[in-house]
Amino acid sequence: MDIRFSADEIAFRDELRAWLGEVLPTLGDPPDRDDWTARREWDMGWQRKLYDAGYAGINWPSEFGGRGSTPTEHLIFLEETTKMGAPYVGMNFVAQLHAGPTLILEATPEQQARHLPAMLKGEEVWCQGFSEPNAGSDLASLSTRAIRDGDHYVVTGQKIWTSFGHVADYCELLVRTDQEAPKHRGITWLICPMDLPGIEVRPITTVAGSSEFCEVFFDEVRIPVENRVGDENDGWRVAMVTFSFERGTAFISELLGTMNQLADMAEMASQIPRNGSTAWDDDEIRREIGHLQAEYDALWALTKRVVSQAQRTGMPGPGGSVFKLYYAEVKKRMADLAHRMLERDALVLAEDVGDEQTGGDMVASRLYVLSLSIAAGTSQIQKNIIGERILGLPKER
Amino acid sequence: MDFELSDDQVALCDGIRDLCQGRFDIDTVRGLADCGGVDRRLWGELADTGVFSLVVPEEEGGVGLGWAEAGLVFEQLGRALVPGPLVGTLLASGVVDDAVVGFIERTDGPALVEYPDVLDALLVIDREGVWRVDAAELSVEPAQSVDPLTPVGRVAELPQGEEVDGCYGWANRAVFLSSALQVGLATGARELAVAYAQERQQFGKPIGQFQAIKHMCADMYSREEVARAALYYAGCVMDATMGPGLPAEPGDYLFFHGCTIVRDDVRGDEEQPDMVRAVSGARILAAEAADHNGKDCVQIHGGMGFTWEIDAHLYLKRAWALTPCFGSIDEHAERMAATVSRSSGLWKVTAG
Repeated sequence: MDIRFSADEIAFRDELRAWLGEVLPTLGDPPDRDDWTARREWDMGWQRKLYDAGYAGINWPSEFGGRGSTPTEHLIFLEETTKMGAPYVGMNFVAQLHAGPTLILEATPEQQARHLPAMLKGEEVWCQGFSEPNAGSDLASLSTRAIRDGDHYVVTGQKIWTSFGHVADYCELLVRTDQEAPKHRGITWLICPMDLPGIEVRPITTVAGSSEFCEVFFDEVRIPVENRVGDENDGWRVAMVTFSFERGTAFISELLGTMNQLADMAEMASQIPRNGSTAWDDDEIRREIGHLQAEYDALWALTKRVVSQAQRTGMPGPGGSVFKLYYAEVKKRMADLAHRMLERDALVLAEDVGDEQTGGDMVASRLYVLSLSIAAGTSQIQKNIIGERILGLPKER
Repeated sequence: MDFELSDDQVALCDGIRDLCQGRFDIDTVRGLADCGGVDRRLWGELADTGVFSLVVPEEEGGVGLGWAEAGLVFEQLGRALVPGPLVGTLLASGVVDDAVVGFIERTDGPALVEYPDVLDALLVIDREGVWRVDAAELSVEPAQSVDPLTPVGRVAELPQGEEVDGCYGWANRAVFLSSALQVGLATGARELAVAYAQERQQFGKPIGQFQAIKHMCADMYSREEVARAALYYAGCVMDATMGPGLPAEPGDYLFFHGCTIVRDDVRGDEEQPDMVRAVSGARILAAEAADHNGKDCVQIHGGMGFTWEIDAHLYLKRAWALTPCFGSIDEHAERMAATVSRSSGLWKVTAG
């Protein structure tokens, strides 16, 4: 075990720091949360800057235009960009971390040439059409139907929780192409242009008042067969193969942003009057802040372990499910503590709530954290995974 | 960065695990409760294997490994419930010649000494340094310990003893080693609970098939993994900042009950991870993982979990015995709180 960075890793970091030090002061202020045109420009503009500097597709193989960095370099990239306040991946999330890797592993050379360079340059926004109103934790039971008609699939159904659906150019879409087969074997993965006739996108307002989630309705949408990735009815495997790209880096920006929030809370505590002194002098509050710091430090150490395992074996260790489960609960406790400190001020949202994934307003954060134990596999599903796949307990069914 | 066990470290863990399985099976461990917690022959085997001289440099007759390895070894000892003054004996190795050594902090009033009937010597730390007290000088009044594997006795007043050199940083090292034992206890308790959940049938099914039990087991595993990461990190930071077996500077990293005397020096530099913070963090998470996993292990065993016969209580009680060690969890939380800042720069905590 060696936690120290190698000389090459330090060189990578120093070069990145120098570049960030030059480029970040030129960016200006981030756009308002609900100004989608400006947000698209902001996120895509940042992606283009990364591309021009050679940092786009940091974890993509170099033969597909990526940088081909090691998992540790990826960790360093996320650590430095977060610490220095660079923009988060934002609406490039699906293209960079999900659809792109899927195309690299499963698409035809034509499909790759059409989309991968555009993704790297920040010219295509992608969204994900996986979940449905009746297919959440049980994703494989999805029922959006695709019927083959000559050179097209005719798609009818509904998707939900489609982040950035209203600004996306393409959707990675899972459809049912065989009604009779067992549920995992009748699914196909399609590239769906979002401007096709018959697609209707309706934003969903979240409890936090934001609207990045959408419902997407498909009414006899004709998608060319050449947009299929992988074989017909092999889409479940194609969707799952994407996870082999995961290197344990998924929550690094979040975690480090959260640690900054905790530091801000400590600062805030020493300014809030309490019983003739400050909130920082309240033993319970101060110790809970120390306790949270211990847990975040441990989660950062766990992240480094998972990334190191990925570096050794190509696959992250089982710490990923553990991280997500644990982090969601710790961050909820932190938000509750902030509200104990703020008392009635906790009723007021900041005018600019900031980026909730990497920090921002503590009042807004208390709402955002509710999603952490739901999105990308609920905590209950994570516990099933740990119980069954890691501990070997019998499956429920 | 390669924060994963090396092949040598994996082999070390396997070797200690095999030793524990061969020599410290649960019946033997339970038997040790009847002889003061230590059997000299078995203790000698641990010593011969190098368990206590792990961090003593090779040129001084030790194994010459680092604190990261010491953590791995102690984790396995905790997992197997191996009793005895393991922490004190490792710290004392290469410093005094005694075979069975306790380590305690001098406080006002009577002291509660662990394993009083089997000690050769007791090392006592106070503001002035570390002192060796011969076990024969101790006048011990028996007391009933909550943990059968941690016998205790009361000593009205600890003798002054003779000063021992080369003990800098011992309090933090003791906290680290007892945290390693607790991560092992958390693992042992989880393994026992999961095995029972697979085998115990109710309503015609193994109880581990029910989510209520399965999810408890998943929580046990999560706590253990997070605490383990903190522990390994602390071991690496100790090695990176102090060097294997090297003492810190006098006055550096000494930590006493009720007051913290730490640094106002250079260690907060971002290139130099903070050893005190890493150790306190590991302590908090290891203590909580061992406590919660011990309780969950009792719960998953149902009525049998409340019996002396089932081993669940042994993990929980040992976890409790190890927690008050050079500072309470609250004090370690205070140490953490003092480090919270974006710059994580210099900090000082004054006597409380």
